[in-house]
Amino acid sequence: MKLLYFAWLRDRVGMAEETLHPPGDVATVGQLISWLREQSSGHAVAFADPAIVRCAVNQDYAKIDAAVGPDDEVAFFPPVTGG
Amino acid sequence: MIKVQAEDFDVGAELAALSQGRGEVGAVASFIGLVRDVADPGDLSAMILEHYPGMTERQLAGLEAQALERWPLDRVLIIHRHGRLLPGERIVLCAASSPHREAAFEACAFLMDWLKTKAPFWKLEEVGGQANWVAAKQDDEDAAARWQTDTPETEKSE
Repeated sequence: MKLLYFAWLRDRVGMAEETLHPPGDVATVGQLISWLREQSSGHAVAFADPAIVRCAVNQDYAKIDAAVGPDDEVAFFPPVTGG
Repeated sequence: MIKVQAEDFDVGAELAALSQGRGEVGAVASFIGLVRDVADPGDLSAMILEHYPGMTERQLAGLEAQALERWPLDRVLIIHRHGRLLPGERIVLCAASSPHREAAFEACAFLMDWLKTKAPFWKLEEVGGQANWVAAKQDDEDAAARWQTDTPETEKSE
């Protein structure tokens, strides 16, 4: 699974992207966030408050109960501030 | 048409091209967003606009398609810059062309409101030697929400 981090999430995780292989019981965005929190202290800080984290699966916005799989590109970022 | 780019754009040339040779177009409405200095003028040294390449184009193309479906438009143009921008520099140009002005005005406002809440860009402000991520505003969410109706107004009255 390809993971991307943007803005302050990238700062806190400490990298822009990584490829990880979560266990089979990680099937949703919410479960992925819980699993990511245990990967490093940076991940734990970045995902401390999931309510302020937005997610996209394969470049479309995804909610906490959306499905994720091994071949997906999953991005995490703060609420957007363009325009 | 969607353009995501680091370089500046020529507003006059872009707007002229939008209606060039389109005899049915009677109105072009446009919006230009600029890098605004924060509270005290002179404080902001630069703004860095980060984006998610690929998803940005995908989301903006989706916005364009929605506007074209919702209003009787001829064309839609969104140009959004990324990278390091200085105060006063252009960030975004959004325009809609139509036979009539109402559709052009409304579509342009819709595009900007939705762009603010959907397009994956993040602003990092450099102020007094410090870099701070700009927080999303509830006002922008509220502005975008006003376009969310289950049924278009024209169908409701029937």
